[in-house]
Amino acid sequence: MGADHAHHKETFITKYIFSQDHKMIAKQYLITGLIMGIIGIAMSLLFRLQLAWPEKSFWVFETFLGKWAPEGVMDPNVYLALVTIHGTLMVFFVLTAGLSGTFSNLLIPLQIGARDMASGLLNMISYWLFFLSSVIMIASLFVESGPAAAGWTIYPPLSALPQAQPGSGLGMTLWLVSMAIFIASSLLGSLNYIVTVINLRTKGMSMTRLPLTIWAFFVTAIIGVVSFPVLLSAALMLIMDRSFGTSFFLSDIFIQGEVLHYQGGSPVLYEHLFWFLGHPEVYIVLLPALGITSEVLATNARKPIFGYRAMVASILAIAFLSTIVWGHHMFISGMNPFLGSVFTFTTLLIAIPSAVKAFNYITTLWKGNLQMNPGMLFSIGLVSTFISGGLTGIILGDSTLDINVHDTYFVVAHFHLVMGISALYGLFAGVYHWFPKMFGRMMNKNLGYVHFWVTAICAYGVFFPMHFIGMAGLPRRYYSNTAFPYFDDLANINVIITIFALIAGAAQLVFLYNFIASIFYGKKAVQNPWKSNTLEWTTPVEHIHGNWPGEIPHVERWAYDYSKPGHDEDFIPQNVPLAEGEEELQH
Amino acid sequence: MTAVILFAILVLVGVAIWQITKIFELSQFRQTKDDSQVANDQDNHRNGQLMFAFLVFIYLITIYSFWAFGDVLLPDAASEHGQDIDRLMWISFALIFFVQTITQALLHYFSWKYRGRKGQKALFYADNDKLEFIWTIIPVITLAGLIMYGLFTWTSIMNIEENDEALVVELYAQQFNWKARYAGADGVLGDANVRFLQDYDGLNLVGIDASDPNGLDDVVVQELHLPKGRQIIFKMRSQDVLHSAYMPHFRAQMNCVPGMITEFSFTPTTTTEEMRQTPDMAAKVEKINKIRYENSKALIADGDVALDAYQFDYLLLCNKICGASHYNMQMKIVVEEERDFNKWLAQQTTFAQTIQQ
Repeated sequence: MGADHAHHKETFITKYIFSQDHKMIAKQYLITGLIMGIIGIAMSLLFRLQLAWPEKSFWVFETFLGKWAPEGVMDPNVYLALVTIHGTLMVFFVLTAGLSGTFSNLLIPLQIGARDMASGLLNMISYWLFFLSSVIMIASLFVESGPAAAGWTIYPPLSALPQAQPGSGLGMTLWLVSMAIFIASSLLGSLNYIVTVINLRTKGMSMTRLPLTIWAFFVTAIIGVVSFPVLLSAALMLIMDRSFGTSFFLSDIFIQGEVLHYQGGSPVLYEHLFWFLGHPEVYIVLLPALGITSEVLATNARKPIFGYRAMVASILAIAFLSTIVWGHHMFISGMNPFLGSVFTFTTLLIAIPSAVKAFNYITTLWKGNLQMNPGMLFSIGLVSTFISGGLTGIILGDSTLDINVHDTYFVVAHFHLVMGISALYGLFAGVYHWFPKMFGRMMNKNLGYVHFWVTAICAYGVFFPMHFIGMAGLPRRYYSNTAFPYFDDLANINVIITIFALIAGAAQLVFLYNFIASIFYGKKAVQNPWKSNTLEWTTPVEHIHGNWPGEIPHVERWAYDYSKPGHDEDFIPQNVPLAEGEEELQH
Repeated sequence: MTAVILFAILVLVGVAIWQITKIFELSQFRQTKDDSQVANDQDNHRNGQLMFAFLVFIYLITIYSFWAFGDVLLPDAASEHGQDIDRLMWISFALIFFVQTITQALLHYFSWKYRGRKGQKALFYADNDKLEFIWTIIPVITLAGLIMYGLFTWTSIMNIEENDEALVVELYAQQFNWKARYAGADGVLGDANVRFLQDYDGLNLVGIDASDPNGLDDVVVQELHLPKGRQIIFKMRSQDVLHSAYMPHFRAQMNCVPGMITEFSFTPTTTTEEMRQTPDMAAKVEKINKIRYENSKALIADGDVALDAYQFDYLLLCNKICGASHYNMQMKIVVEEERDFNKWLAQQTTFAQTIQQ
């Protein structure tokens, strides 16, 4: 379908709303993701205020939470709802749909040399399902009994029984419906990405010439297709338990003075099903960010990415291992301890490909000619937080050590650094780097520098001290620590964390301003502002259907011929044929 | 009041950001106007320097955190296996700090050292199999060691064998409190199920089956007492939602799952009294009381009552989100000498006595 881009008349609706053009869909994903991100981050600031100054009255609580914060004091149920929805929005709506949805859509056709996705229609449906699920998730914030509040993992029976907490009423129903639609959207998107990468590569674009971004998006889509349906089945079973009287996850329950009829189910089954998606999900979030980093780092270092083959191999290894490590979230769930041993083994193996990736990134910088564009800064920042956060995984992945730090703030610090902050940095790196491609204008670099440096300092300021309160034994998801005088000496650390969090939140406003202002007033971009090799920079700045006005360029070399000896320029785009006697690097 | 301060902080941060941007812009004034929004030599230079400064920042925040918050890290372990866990923990930590220090240094040092300059060309260096083999094999060996060590410890902790010496205690979780059940003279816990909870006007607190003779001498209490030096085998139950029995000082944690019985075991090594007297704990309690004293001043000024002075006790916390009062679901643990324990246990009412009332 790609080649026919007959100029049928475009209306506002077909161009901006029900568009089937991958570039427009990418922008739709990005903007929806950013809006969800603003809500998610704002929620985290609200509950950080509560944690630093527990049970104090704040006018912001009264303004935003209304009757759930009587006289400005946050209700415990609302605290749990905020952490739940914060987690859900950030993990699924921002870092899965917002990150993968945006950049897979934008870059797959552009970088492999395709006119569009394999199916523009499915792509459009995928976005609108995502939009629908976003609307339902946001709508759940406004129901009488409050949104889902059982943690983003929504473990039953807490999530299954409205008697257990108010958030498990209508709010949870909407959460489940929203997620079911979200999963449908994600599957349609992923299938499209896979088919497109396999079938629509331009002449000469062999798999070993693919930019690492595409490898990352491709493998991410495969993990998504393998694991998301399992979450869908868990959600459906939970809906059955909640509304149709089945007992998949429930047994022997006495609550609010009555014995319930459920018999024979097990919450541990739910945990297995949830984490069979839940852990691969970490890599669904992280791999695209790493892919973006590979591309941005190589381009701005003016050097080939170091160890291309090893990078591809480690993506594949991480993807494979990610599907057999889910049990490390369940060491103390009551499952057989022998399984704990197996999962410890597979989990710690992931450190190997991860270490290879980190070392290769560092070596890519070595003897480079680093162009410190904002995207580059975020990529370097990603490598830094990926290492800092990843290393503590050695402790959490070890069943023995997990006994003591499981579900404490140590875990919160670990996963926020390694997947939260790292993936957000990947998202920012991608936005700064491909903004000229998306909107035809440049973002302001100085605002970008301020955004990066304030964010980078605050990210460590927030999450580094959290390791300490976790090691002190403070559980996560506590509305306040005042019930335990034993934790009184941690109160000042919580204040420090919150202050850093507020500053970090303010820094995101700088980004937001830069983003919006640059769409309208940014400097007009040139065709290839970063002097990059990949094919997307051979398309015209103004978007056209079908991407290239004439024939699709042929690919003659791999994506990383930066600073190749014997050439005047320090980059050679992929569509430039090999010179007389020039050899392509055997990779 | 706090809101005003907060607002003022945010405004100040905003001003600071604006000024930093200004500085960035002004310092660019001198050279020929470049508004391409692509990094130039000056940007590379400045951000390269900031990268180096950031490395210093990471080191400083690490050192500062250890200096300022180091005293809250891992309180002394009060169980036998706790010491094994701590040893492995410190080995892992040493490794983490070693790798962290070196990799962050390389990353940020390279970012500074190789910052872009006009006319400079990067080294075309795409592969080195030997190098990559080295940094694959080193993690393999290190992790193999850690995995082995971890698995041996894990197996020895989790391999719980029933024996006559051990004391069997049931931990019973419900929204939002804990109960404990001792087996009584026969050493066997009676059968129990949530179906029996409504019997005897709610006096059957953990749902013991009254038709099972083993249950009649069981003892249900709201405060957990443990004898020092004897292995305790915990059988955990929950009546409503998931809970998690977390006893940080004993390096012990296990989920309580409705519909099944989960197990954990440890041997306490330090009585409550002994723990209170360790120098670390004494210092911590003193620090906490100082904080409570300061907080009390503010409370009294507002016409509230002052906070009680704090005395250390072992804690059982709920560590699995379980509803509104999750943050206050706790039970006091008392570790004492065996004879004190026996004396205490003898004073408690048995299930048979409870249902006769």
